[in-house]
Amino acid sequence: MPININILRSVFIERVQNETASVKTILFKDKVSSKAEPGQFLMVWIPGVEELPMSVMVADKEHSAAITIRRKGIGSTALFNKRIGEMLGIRGPYGNNFKIAPSARTVLLVGGGTGLVPLIRLAAKLNETRICCTLIIGASSKREVFFENTADAVLSDTKHKIIVSTENGDYGIKGNATDAMTQVLKQETFDTVYTCGPELMMKKVLDIASAYSLPIQASLERHMKCGIGICASCCIEDKLVCKDGTVFCEKQLSKMNEFGIFYRDKTGRKIVY
Amino acid sequence: MLEMYKRLRGKRQREHDRTLSINIAGMELRNPTMLASGFLGISQAIFNRLYNADVGAIVSKSISSKPIEGYRNPTVVCLEGGSYLNAVGLANPGADVFSREIASNPYVPIIVSLVGSSHDDFPPMINKFDDLNILGYEINLSCPHVAKMGMEVGDDPDMVTKVVKTVKSHTLKPVVVKVGLGNVDLLDIARAANDAGANAITAINTIRAMTINIESGIPVLSNKIGGLSGKSVKPVAIRCVYEISKNVALPVIGCGGIFSWEDAVEFMLAGASAIQLGSVIGYEGFGAFQRICLGLKRYLDRKGMKNLTELVGLAHKY
Repeated sequence: MPININILRSVFIERVQNETASVKTILFKDKVSSKAEPGQFLMVWIPGVEELPMSVMVADKEHSAAITIRRKGIGSTALFNKRIGEMLGIRGPYGNNFKIAPSARTVLLVGGGTGLVPLIRLAAKLNETRICCTLIIGASSKREVFFENTADAVLSDTKHKIIVSTENGDYGIKGNATDAMTQVLKQETFDTVYTCGPELMMKKVLDIASAYSLPIQASLERHMKCGIGICASCCIEDKLVCKDGTVFCEKQLSKMNEFGIFYRDKTGRKIVY
Repeated sequence: MLEMYKRLRGKRQREHDRTLSINIAGMELRNPTMLASGFLGISQAIFNRLYNADVGAIVSKSISSKPIEGYRNPTVVCLEGGSYLNAVGLANPGADVFSREIASNPYVPIIVSLVGSSHDDFPPMINKFDDLNILGYEINLSCPHVAKMGMEVGDDPDMVTKVVKTVKSHTLKPVVVKVGLGNVDLLDIARAANDAGANAITAINTIRAMTINIESGIPVLSNKIGGLSGKSVKPVAIRCVYEISKNVALPVIGCGGIFSWEDAVEFMLAGASAIQLGSVIGYEGFGAFQRICLGLKRYLDRKGMKNLTELVGLAHKY
């Protein structure tokens, strides 16, 4: 019988990896999630605490998937503190995904913070098809940089470049990810730009990409409850991020007056970024 | 080619408009499919998209006088076989913000769902909405999982009378009362609503229910108890619609597990003049309204009926 992805599955944590002092990657066995497309997400239940939408991270183990969590609120802190052997409930994967054009030869990935997760999964796919890949990792400081080695490993079969930018300049290029992007675009061009991270960063990535007439795909985040397109907590204009997204292209993004301006809080009120 | 398709679609649309259009409690609808309250209902942009997906009317999320954050996730749990359990906790932006959200509603038939803990809560909210382009109100007297709101009001016939009378005395627009399965006989509540001047009844709301994860032993919903919707509540809802429409002289809007045109027909045979869709959207998205309308139209054609009213309550004679 085919598995109904909407029904909560109990999974057990098999490995926990520290990425930074406040970021961890949690690996678990789950055949369905192991086949998730880059940009898709899981609804992850931390029993008795919270359920969070989490982008699916690559796992170096068969029939497994991972999630990467930054300790922040009650739910994410509870998840961050989970240990090997403990149980999580998951449903999904949900949403659409980053698309790779058959003609693509060289692409640019711009990520900030845990927004790097779907980009690393995308990088693994780009590696399979030997598409040249430049990845920009944005962080506030050297201590907050993660996935540099992971990215290098998943891109090992294709020509690639990893550029790190830090806001305080203690590692890599000084500035934020979009400053690095501007520098890169002065020297090279790309078939597509993929981005995920804080919305204000993605808005800037869209603006820069538009200035260079580059197609772009961005994976958006909104407050989510159902994950399956019935509650509209995650709406941005007339789109549901959980169902119509999480990935939107430049045509859709440029029509969204709310993109990079407002998000909706838990009550549904619009809050200015 | 696209133009031709659009023209054809427009023509087909007008055709099924004629047959499926209804008047319920003074509200003229192009077809009997409504979006049930609680689903998708806080943004004008989404309402416009639903309108283009052929919805007959949209019932908003239940709006309260102050914004409500609702419960922590999990607020929605998917169950086997087309059912859901939810305890969102009446999360909504509040009457002030929501009235501004729909202030420039161009043409979408919106019914504003209101919720409150006492009759005093309603007049200030109605003042905010009454001059807007809306069809009417649905009063949520049956949310099964929030203390002092919804069902706690709906379980008290005197409170129901007070709330409905207060709402009716502050608006000339139609007032629909949404009922559910509480501790008091549903018919007593429907009669109280009727006597107090309500114009229609929506039946039914979700039913109190829960689910427990067997690995951890922990109830999945953060509120532990929530409301059951979808396919598993349909036979209960059919029974409620049948009993209300047989015993109370108000039009009934059927709600509970409608996934297909066959379900819609069954509700109408039981006595529903219109129907509300919700859970089905989780399975097929916004396309559900159009598909159910098309099925209804074909059914009427096959049965040689000219309009939907011929169908309403037909099962009562047996």
